[in-house]
Amino acid sequence: MTVAAALAPAYARYCQQLGDDRLILGHRVSEWCGHAPILEEDIALANIALDLIGQATFLLGRAGAVENAGRDADALAFLRDDRAFRNALMVELPNGDFAVTIVRQFFFASFSRLQLEALTRSPDTEMAGIAAKALKEATYHVRHAAEWVVRLGDGTEESRQRAQDAVNDLWRYTGEFFLTTSEERALAAEGLAVDPATLQAEWERSVRDVLTLATLTTPATSWMQRGGRDGKHTEHLGPLLAEMQVLPRSHPGASW
Amino acid sequence: MVADRETLFTWLDEVMDPEVPVLSVVELGIIRDVEIEGDRVTVVVTPTYSGCPAMQVIEEEILAALRAKGVTDARVRTVFTPAWTTEWIPEHARAKLEAYGIAPPGRATSDTLVQIGRRAELLRCPYCKSTETEVRSAFGSTACKSICWCRACRQPFEQFKAI
Repeated sequence: MTVAAALAPAYARYCQQLGDDRLILGHRVSEWCGHAPILEEDIALANIALDLIGQATFLLGRAGAVENAGRDADALAFLRDDRAFRNALMVELPNGDFAVTIVRQFFFASFSRLQLEALTRSPDTEMAGIAAKALKEATYHVRHAAEWVVRLGDGTEESRQRAQDAVNDLWRYTGEFFLTTSEERALAAEGLAVDPATLQAEWERSVRDVLTLATLTTPATSWMQRGGRDGKHTEHLGPLLAEMQVLPRSHPGASW
Repeated sequence: MVADRETLFTWLDEVMDPEVPVLSVVELGIIRDVEIEGDRVTVVVTPTYSGCPAMQVIEEEILAALRAKGVTDARVRTVFTPAWTTEWIPEHARAKLEAYGIAPPGRATSDTLVQIGRRAELLRCPYCKSTETEVRSAFGSTACKSICWCRACRQPFEQFKAI
């Protein structure tokens, strides 16, 4: 499908935003490779990171095609500065301990699953196909994270405390998932974007069910952090990009 | 015309998955179509997992195999719809997987409801055929496999996971 010219710039940025969430989280999760508490989790987290980076490759590829300015997925991933990234703040935060990583995975994957499910009905058939594939992956990402949330929450005093601390610390970053930008509203009217506000009630219900099963307390909704969707990031994104982008920036066109 | 559709599929059936060399790319179900226009052959491929690093190697091997058969203008085109499912792996290929030591996938459901805990599914050890088995981790040496354990013969094994 060809996206109407008037909507193309906004839609390209929306595809970038979808890709950025998954690229930055994928990079963060990949930092666990070789460091996870047990071998099975090392493998699991590396696999999940690979899925996320693969999804980002397709989504940024779609963004580049819609933008039609000669930028491919690699150019968008490696040659943009922090202010041009539109990912939610939560995904750029440092990994913290295993509980922080797992709770963040749980919060993000639960959101991603709902978002992708809605995107399978996009009139952009390319996007619908990417979403249908990624949805299968997001579904097992939720299962993996949710099972760990229950193990940690309903585990030892130590694991329970760490899981609850992670839930409390990350909660203030969840609101940003559901902020609707004016561009998203315009695109949603054409069916090209999902208005994230429409996903919030279902997200909260599914998250609360698992936290309750894990004997954890769901925080009361209070003030929420924001900025990522406008390119205003935490101090953590810059160093992440420096590490991720150094090779293609120092050696343009390098291949190996 | 370089060759007919059936012949092209026979040639592609000789291209093995680099990670699971007992299955061809046709048996894996990722070859969705072959388009023939004069001397040009376009193989339509769908990826297994978004991040599967073997996809690039598979594309190169498909092109190399066709060129070796004399196809001068071979191309690969990627499609996403419909999304790949292990349901496309035929029975005879499932038997090959088991003989190779990888338990074949169970039934994939399109149910996107997330269930906590392992689904009770009959999982047969590819070595001793016991069903006294358990999934140790949904994630294995490649995106497409889970790590399992057989309580009867006390050996770890892998299962091609249903998706």
